[in-house]
Amino acid sequence: MSARPALSRYPDSLSPPCAQPSPRGAEILINALVHEGVDSIFGYPGGAVLHIYDELWRARDRITHYLVRHEQGAVHMAEGYARASGRVGVALVTSGPGATNAITGIANAYMDSTPIVVITGQVPLRLIGTDAFQEVDTVGITRPCVKHNYLVRDVCDLAAVVHEAFHLARTGRPGPVVIDIPKDVSAAQASYSRLDHIRFPISERISYLDRRALSCAASQILKAERPVMYVGGGIVNSGASEELRALAEHLQLPVTPTLMGLGGFPSAHSLSLGMLGMHGTYTANMAVAESDLLIAVGVRFDDRVTGKLATFAPHARVIHIDIDPANVGKNRLPDLSLIADARQALKALREEISFRDYAEIVRSITQRSKWWDQLRHWQREQPLRFSGSRDRIKPQHVIRELHRLTSGEAIIASDVGQHQMWAAQFYPFKHERQWITSGGLGAMGFGVPAAIGAQLAFRDRLVIAVVGDGGFQMTNQELATAVQYELPIKVVIMNNGYLGMVRQWQEMFHERTYSEVDLSVAPDFVKLADAYGAFARRASRPEELTAVLQAGLEHDGVSVIDVVVEKEENVFPIVPAGANSRDMIFQSEGV
Amino acid sequence: MRHTLSIVVSDRPGELSRIVGLFSARGFNIETISAGATLDPQWARVTIVTRGDDRTIDQICKQCARLARVRDVQDVTTRPHIEREMALITVNAEAGLPRQEVLNLVGIFRAKVVDVSHSQIVVEASGNKEKVETFIEMLKPIGIHEITRTGRIAIGRLSNLEAEEDETDGNHETNETYESHQSYSSRSPN
Repeated sequence: MSARPALSRYPDSLSPPCAQPSPRGAEILINALVHEGVDSIFGYPGGAVLHIYDELWRARDRITHYLVRHEQGAVHMAEGYARASGRVGVALVTSGPGATNAITGIANAYMDSTPIVVITGQVPLRLIGTDAFQEVDTVGITRPCVKHNYLVRDVCDLAAVVHEAFHLARTGRPGPVVIDIPKDVSAAQASYSRLDHIRFPISERISYLDRRALSCAASQILKAERPVMYVGGGIVNSGASEELRALAEHLQLPVTPTLMGLGGFPSAHSLSLGMLGMHGTYTANMAVAESDLLIAVGVRFDDRVTGKLATFAPHARVIHIDIDPANVGKNRLPDLSLIADARQALKALREEISFRDYAEIVRSITQRSKWWDQLRHWQREQPLRFSGSRDRIKPQHVIRELHRLTSGEAIIASDVGQHQMWAAQFYPFKHERQWITSGGLGAMGFGVPAAIGAQLAFRDRLVIAVVGDGGFQMTNQELATAVQYELPIKVVIMNNGYLGMVRQWQEMFHERTYSEVDLSVAPDFVKLADAYGAFARRASRPEELTAVLQAGLEHDGVSVIDVVVEKEENVFPIVPAGANSRDMIFQSEGV
Repeated sequence: MRHTLSIVVSDRPGELSRIVGLFSARGFNIETISAGATLDPQWARVTIVTRGDDRTIDQICKQCARLARVRDVQDVTTRPHIEREMALITVNAEAGLPRQEVLNLVGIFRAKVVDVSHSQIVVEASGNKEKVETFIEMLKPIGIHEITRTGRIAIGRLSNLEAEEDETDGNHETNETYESHQSYSSRSPN
């Protein structure tokens, strides 16, 4: 391979004279990654990426490669790393099955606007299109679920592609970018120099904060009698939580975060109404239903939040602040929109309000006292609650205990299902980036690898994967990765022997037809974790719970805590899919 | 309502399929599509005719503008413009009356005869959609053997063009993509 001439598109006379042999594509790739500040890669080798792995081996003092056990795990780890740290996560997989296994993670990052770069190997250029061994049209199959993707046909383009990929992944609304590199391109030689001043074909999408719109927004907020701030993942992505808090406190505005927005505003704050949407609080959903002004920041009016769109916030004017113009007007037509980074927009809005007459602000706050009376009334009427039990461990109680034992400071990575909703409801998050979950895609198997990625970003912090017994079995092989690299995640399995959320829907909406949701035939998770070399304990009875959790959390290395919980517990409240939020259900029938 | 969108996109392999893929993935429809070079070989212009209410069209434009390699999206329907499409039609034309009839219609519709045999004629017709369709309707009773039609292309009317210098690469092409409130250019997101 190395004898192959460089695939330069420039005439030889233009090549810079150099004493040293030109680097190969793989080396250029690694240099470009280093220049982008990458020090960790999650990956899995294979035929098409052998040259890259050669180079990774040589560069092992600059970039640490984390060998996963399945490519889905690699991408979820990159996501967990990105979500915890705010930096771009990087995954490296081979062609064909490597790429297809990575798709779930890529789609997940796309739905949840997570900045990752996924590098895939490809068969050599001359074999593309011949149904070669381990060939798949990676660019074609990832196209609908990436922010952008590349097939690098010329090694001379490689460095620029990498830099542009990182730029695209992290700017604007973040998202996944895929770079597909044919084997002969990673082997071909070219010159590399750091590209400090690349001019991208498309300049960064600049957002202008329209002064008039800002002033209009400020006036509407000051005038509103029943305002609600509906805030989402955009707050977390732009690091806007302090600005949000400042604005909310300044004007005493109630705030309700979405699932993705949790941590963007402290859950225990007196202005917080709790989570909005299908499993959100009664108060948050009622507040939106009665609101006269919805201040929507970094959200996309997702169906799990709005339920039936026509009856979502029916009396409210909507101010929509989002960095992605396509989110504005997609599901709900706003009365006023600001296309901007959430932090900049909130800061500008707060400044705009600070210019207003002090009396106007005082009047604005006082005129909302009735609204706050109403909100407090709803909070007292229907708080989040669950019934206790003497002989069964209640999953909600497990989350409360976790919160108590970790002083609310742990990074929680969740899987998807009932346990995810209980974690969202009963673990009051204090900080942004403390909650890492698969929101839009709802990808089971996310929890364990995402926790590993987050643990890598913060080796000294306590990172807990809260998972169900179903999702755990989708990616539990990554325990080996955690043990190998001494990434001491704590896995708490809410084990009810069911595919719990599906069972709940079958119970509530399909006449208890428990079709194919029984997962009671499962390995002994304690023995399984033990086999992987992790510390493992089980709690089956309420009186054991605290001690077992404590032992697991205090263990130095990777630990797995199998908590056998109430089998048929349901997540409440619930707004049935596509229903009006007023049709919220608070408890099982006949209870 | 039917809208004609003019999209300026990087002229690289795979970029057209991104646009087409976006339409199918999000459930938008494409009535016709045509793509061709612009003055600057780096950029291609894709003209798409689609249907939808104002909000759908707005979504289509915004989603297209979101693609990394799309520079500009214009809904040309919102301002005075000229639209053309072309058809090549093989029609029966035996010597005598049928051929005379075809030639009459060619004259009326200002079409062109581009090929001829003993029994058939190939005619080229261009114009707006209605004209081309009426022409085809008129030829049908005589016996159409085959039709090939292009997608629609469009350009703004001169009377409404306000030349606006583009500071980055002031070529003639960018003069047409001036910004109005219907523009979904990457440089002014709203």
